[in-house]
Formats: sequence, structure tokens, C-alpha cells
Amino acid sequence: MSDVLVRGGLVVGVDGAERVDVLVRDGVLADRGPSLDAPAGARVVEAGDCWIGPGFVDLHAHLREPGAEAAETIESGARAAAIGGYSLVVAMANTEPAIDSAALVEYVLSRGSRACVEVAVTGAITVGRRGESLAPMAEMAALGVRLFSDDGVGVQDPAVMRRAMLYAGALGVRLGEHCEDERLVAGGSMNEGVLSSRLGLVGRPAMAEELMVLRDIELARWTGAAIHFLHLSTARSLAMVASARREGLDVTSEVAPHHFTLDESACADFDPLFKVHPPLRRAEDVAALREALVRGEVDAVATDHAPHPPESKDLPFDEAPAGVLGLEHAASLTYEALGSEECDPRRFFDLLSRGPARVARVRPEDPRPRHGGHGGALRVGDDANLVVFDPGARWVVDRDELHGRSRNTPYHGRAMRGRVRATIARGVLVVDDGELT
Amino acid sequence: MIDSLRGQNLLDLGDLSREAIVEVLDVAESFVEVNRRTVKKVPALKGRVVASLFFEESTRTRLSFETAAKRLSADVLSLAVASSSVKKGESLRDTIATIDALGIDAVVLRHRSSGAARQVSRYVPHVRVINAGDGLHQHPTQGLLDAFTVRAALSERRGVPAASTGADLFDGLRVLIVGDIMHSRVARSDVDAYTALGAQVHLCAPATLLPTEVATWPVSIEEDFDEALAWADVVGLLRLQHERGSGVFVPSTAEYTLTHGLTLDRARRLKPDALILHPGPMNRGVELDSRVADLPASLVTRQVASGVPVRMAVLFLSVAGTTKEERR
Ligand SMILES: [Zn+2]
Repeated sequence: MSDVLVRGGLVVGVDGAERVDVLVRDGVLADRGPSLDAPAGARVVEAGDCWIGPGFVDLHAHLREPGAEAAETIESGARAAAIGGYSLVVAMANTEPAIDSAALVEYVLSRGSRACVEVAVTGAITVGRRGESLAPMAEMAALGVRLFSDDGVGVQDPAVMRRAMLYAGALGVRLGEHCEDERLVAGGSMNEGVLSSRLGLVGRPAMAEELMVLRDIELARWTGAAIHFLHLSTARSLAMVASARREGLDVTSEVAPHHFTLDESACADFDPLFKVHPPLRRAEDVAALREALVRGEVDAVATDHAPHPPESKDLPFDEAPAGVLGLEHAASLTYEALGSEECDPRRFFDLLSRGPARVARVRPEDPRPRHGGHGGALRVGDDANLVVFDPGARWVVDRDELHGRSRNTPYHGRAMRGRVRATIARGVLVVDDGELT
Repeated sequence: MIDSLRGQNLLDLGDLSREAIVEVLDVAESFVEVNRRTVKKVPALKGRVVASLFFEESTRTRLSFETAAKRLSADVLSLAVASSSVKKGESLRDTIATIDALGIDAVVLRHRSSGAARQVSRYVPHVRVINAGDGLHQHPTQGLLDAFTVRAALSERRGVPAASTGADLFDGLRVLIVGDIMHSRVARSDVDAYTALGAQVHLCAPATLLPTEVATWPVSIEEDFDEALAWADVVGLLRLQHERGSGVFVPSTAEYTLTHGLTLDRARRLKPDALILHPGPMNRGVELDSRVADLPASLVTRQVASGVPVRMAVLFLSVAGTTKEERR
């Protein structure tokens, strides 16, 4: 593990930013200050025009292993994550089989320990994510699992969700909910509205999401549980969560880049690349999401990175699986949503790193992941998980130049602003000059 | 907006301008005569290959298209994929690539999924794609043949050749569409055709069978079926899908007939010269009384007969892509 000197960048802390050099040695942030000398043999990252912050944390990545390794593996997903500036990804539980036991948690963590960034795990709330009986959350929590979710679908039965909340509350872990009432979405494939009506596609109404957000806020109030709302996509969902938070309930939320950059009109040509659950919403919702990001009313940008092999996106729209890639573009899209040149770097790192790290509850004292310092204040002595982001960079997405196993990006050909130049995960420079080392 | 179908795909009637629709209707009129000949054939598409690819069985639509293609002297590759190995989950791209490898000029595609024809048109840009019905989305040739049938009936009444009337007979024409609009690709294509041609379109259905956001459609909603019937010049009835109707979207077919069936009693409210259409197959006794279906006002059999010349016109314009002058 060689030393790394990051030189000349703007280090974005919790309270402010300062232009200092940062030295990484033996896995920790060993020194910070003006004009540090590069030790012999150190790798030097010139970061003159860049922001230095805590490595990004993704709360919502479908790494597909075990079960769908043709689409992604923990190792390939980690590579995409590193390119995207992430030092920690939390692997979603909807693998095949689902991560619903200590053995599966161990499996993913052990694969993750060999990947180029840190991998944590979301455990399933119910056995097999079937929404019926509770998964052994305590044995998974003992391995460091702090977030549980049946994502892919939400827990449909309110009695099961109530029980899960009571149980999780006692364990001090958080439940992550994919909010969509499956009966109301009725197998639909895009947002219900003017366009779905014309296209003859069965719609997934915003109400299907909002009813479940409402239900879970009330259940959380009743049980006192901590709940995290995954990929909120409508203005009303955000408003309900913001109001619950003002009341003092322990609710957190995330939004996904595709929901704040694309609207339902992307589906007009029936291209399954734009099929996601919850669906791309109306332009008004997209605007509301962007405002919420700027105002800091959501805790995290989370990718909902969902790789699919190419043949699955050659199916008819209603039969194709939902989901888009996210890890490699999320930072640039967040930068754009926060106003590009107007982007407040502290908000940027709050949304991509510090906020999600709080939700993930990753702490240095946790048994796993071993390297616990994510989303930190970049103090001397902290575990070194850092990202170097160049806000002035311009680039164009090319689906053939992605680093994961799949190509299902909805952004092929899109001009982007701002790009990750370097990623330091677990003290190792894993991305330098935008390339994997 | 497409101003002429010549050399173009037919995926969505909403893409066609009034001029493009009138052109199809006029060309179809010229093919009516061919269908009356002893030798019902013109060499327009000689040497061209038209594949008919039906992922969802519909014998009548498939026969109508294949007859139209043959009367234009095209070679027809008929693939009844609905009954073959192509199952849910098979790549649309792979299936179409296999057929494309046989060398085809056009594909007539019927699919259970909305948008399938649009997707296929992206996979094989060098092949003309004719949408023969995709999911709940569109059935463009049905919309065209309904307009064709109405224009023919109205022009006969006036004793003028239909092809000389352009879109004039649709100006202000009152068209009422009744039934399961939500799940009907025919309704979507009919609304596109009639409104493009200048008609006023009203819809009448139980609220559960109206599409979401129907207020954004270029139509008015009629709540009172009896009043709507008295208003209409043309009544288009839609098939009630039993599997969707009973107990799910409406309580029962009997209740549907009670509220929205065209019974003999209700038919008395119609204007004396009103026209009745149904895309078939009819549920006699559900959407309409058997005796109403057989009234002179009913154009149901003429609709079926219009299918061939209209589909000939569509294939001719789309595949041959030549002007009317060149054809003469
Ligand atoms: Zn989800």
C-alpha cells in the first residue's frame, strides 16, 4: 500500500472547505496541510481544480451476486463504483437467493472484501423477500448489517411491516422500503398519466407510491422504528417525508439520479432502457426532486444501480425487467442537479457521502465492514476513503466504455459535467486520472 | 407528423396527418375495383416479400392482411408465432432478426405488447413495419378501415364518388365511441383517425373503462348513454373483453348491457340515418343486441370487406413507396 499525496485540492469538510494537501499512509489520512512534501515513492494526485471529499457511499446497488453474475458481480460492480467515486457500496438484498441469512451475508461480505471498494450488505426483511415471515435480522445484524430491505418490492402486508418495524427497532437497525403498492401498480410498466394513457401501457400510479409512504410513516410513528425511504420519485412523497422529519420521526430518504434527471417522456418510444420501478415521473416531479436536493430535504442520492444483460432490454416494454445503471454517472448527475457552477460542494458531499453514510450507520467500531470510516470529516487519523472530483470536467457517456458487466445506461451519448478523477478506498488509490489503477 | 405513408412505417395513426390518411382512403378506393374483378390481382408488389408475424392469434386480421398482400402480388411469409416456440420472455430482436435473414421487405406485426411494432422498427430500419395491433396501444389499419367504411357509406348516400370527397364528409361529423376504451387499441386508432379527419368524437363508457387522464384526449366524455345515442351520426361499439369485464372493471356483463349495451330499445333513440360500427368479433347480446347488429344501419360486414382494400393501400404505399402517378 503506497502513500498517496493529493495535492492542491479544495478539501470539503463538514463546516467549510479549505485548500490543503492530504497525505494518505497505511490506510489512514496521515496528514493535511498546505504544501505537504511528497514522501519517497508516494503516488501524487494533482487536484488543483478539484474538490476533495469523503468517498461516496451508495445505499442502493444491485450487485447481482449471487444469482445473476452475467449481469454484474460484486467485483465488477465495485469497479464501476470506484470509477463513480464510491468507497462504499451497500449491496441490495434481492439477489438469487435473497440475502436473508447470516450465511448469505457472510458470502457477500467475503466476496466484497476482495473487491476494490468496500462492500456492505442490506439484508432482506422477510424470508426470500416474500413479504411473509421475518428473516433472521438479529443474526445478520450481528455481522454488521444495519439496513434491511425487501427492495424490488415493498413489504405489502401492513401487519408484516408492523412486526418488522417492532423487531428492527429493538435491534437498532433501519428498514429500507421500496414504496409501491403492488395491487395498485397492477403490473404496470411506466408512470400512469397522460402518456401511458396514449401509449396503451398499464400505468404505475404515483398514488401507489404515496399510499405506501403514508402507511409507513404512520407505522413508524406507531412503532417508533427507523425507516429509510428508497428511491422516492414524486413531489408528494417528498413532502410527506419532509413533514414526518419535521415532526421528529426517524425517517430518512434517498432519490435516484434517473428520477431527478429523466421524466416519463423518455418512455414515448417504448425503449425498455427507460423502464424503472418506481417509474420515471412527470416533469413537475423531476423539478420537485431537484429542489429537494438543493434544499437538503433528502438524505442521500442513491443509484439503484440495476444491471441487466442486453437481451433483457430487447424484450417488449411491458415484459422487460426494470432498472438502469447508475454507479458511474451519479456524481456528475448530482453535480448538474445542484446547479453545476452553482453547486454547493458541501451539499454535494452531504448527498453522495455523509448523508448516505449516516443512513448506512457504518461506524469504525462496526465488526463489518472492517474499514469503517465513510462519510467522515476528513480529520487526521480517519480511515482514508476519499474522492477527488473535478467539477470542470466535461465528458460524454459511452455505454461501451463502462466498467461493469452491463450496458443498460439510459445516458448513452449524454454530455456530462464534472467527473471523478480519483478514488481512494480503504487507503488505496483505486482510481487515478479517471482510470482504474 | 407523416404527410404521406409512401415509404413509411405504419406504427401509430397519431403520426399521420389528415392528408396522409385521406391518401390511404383514396388509394384504397382504387383497390375496391380490383377486388371486384375476376382476377383479383395487380402486380404492384411483385417480387416483394411481406412477412406476417402474429405473436397473438387473430385469424381474421391475418387473413385480411395476407389476402391484401397477395392481391398486390407480393410473396407472403406467414409465421403464426403465437402457436410456435416464441413465448413470453423471448427477445423480440432475435425473432425479427431470424425473419429478416430470410430477406423481407415488410413485416406485418401483431403483438400482445404495446409498442412492439415501434421496437421492431428500430431493430430492422430497412424493413417497412406495419402495425397490425400492439397491446392496448394502436390498431392503425382498423382505424383507417373504419374511416374508410364511414366515408364510403356517407358518399354513397350523397351519390358522389368517395375518392372525390377528401375529408369533407367528416367535417363536424358526430362520432360516438362506446365501451371498453381503456383496453382498446381500436379506440385509440379510431380517435386518431376521426379527429384527424375533422370529426367530433365523444366517448361513453363506465368510468372504470375510460382511460386515465382521458380529459387530455381530443374528445368529450358523455355520461348519459341515451343522450349520446340521440346525438351521434356514427356509433362505434367496442368489444367488451369478458376477462376484463366481469367483476373487475364492471360488475358483470349483464350490468354492462344494462348501462352501455345497444339494446333494441336504445337503438330507437338513434337518428334514422345513424351508422353503427363494431370491429368484431361481436359479443352479441352484450355490446349490442343481435337484432341491432343486423339492422341496415349496421356497417359491420362492410367493415370486414373494407379490410382488404385498405390494407392493400397501406402495404402499397408503405412498401412500394411510389407516387400515385407512377402507379398509373
Ligand atoms: Zn426498488
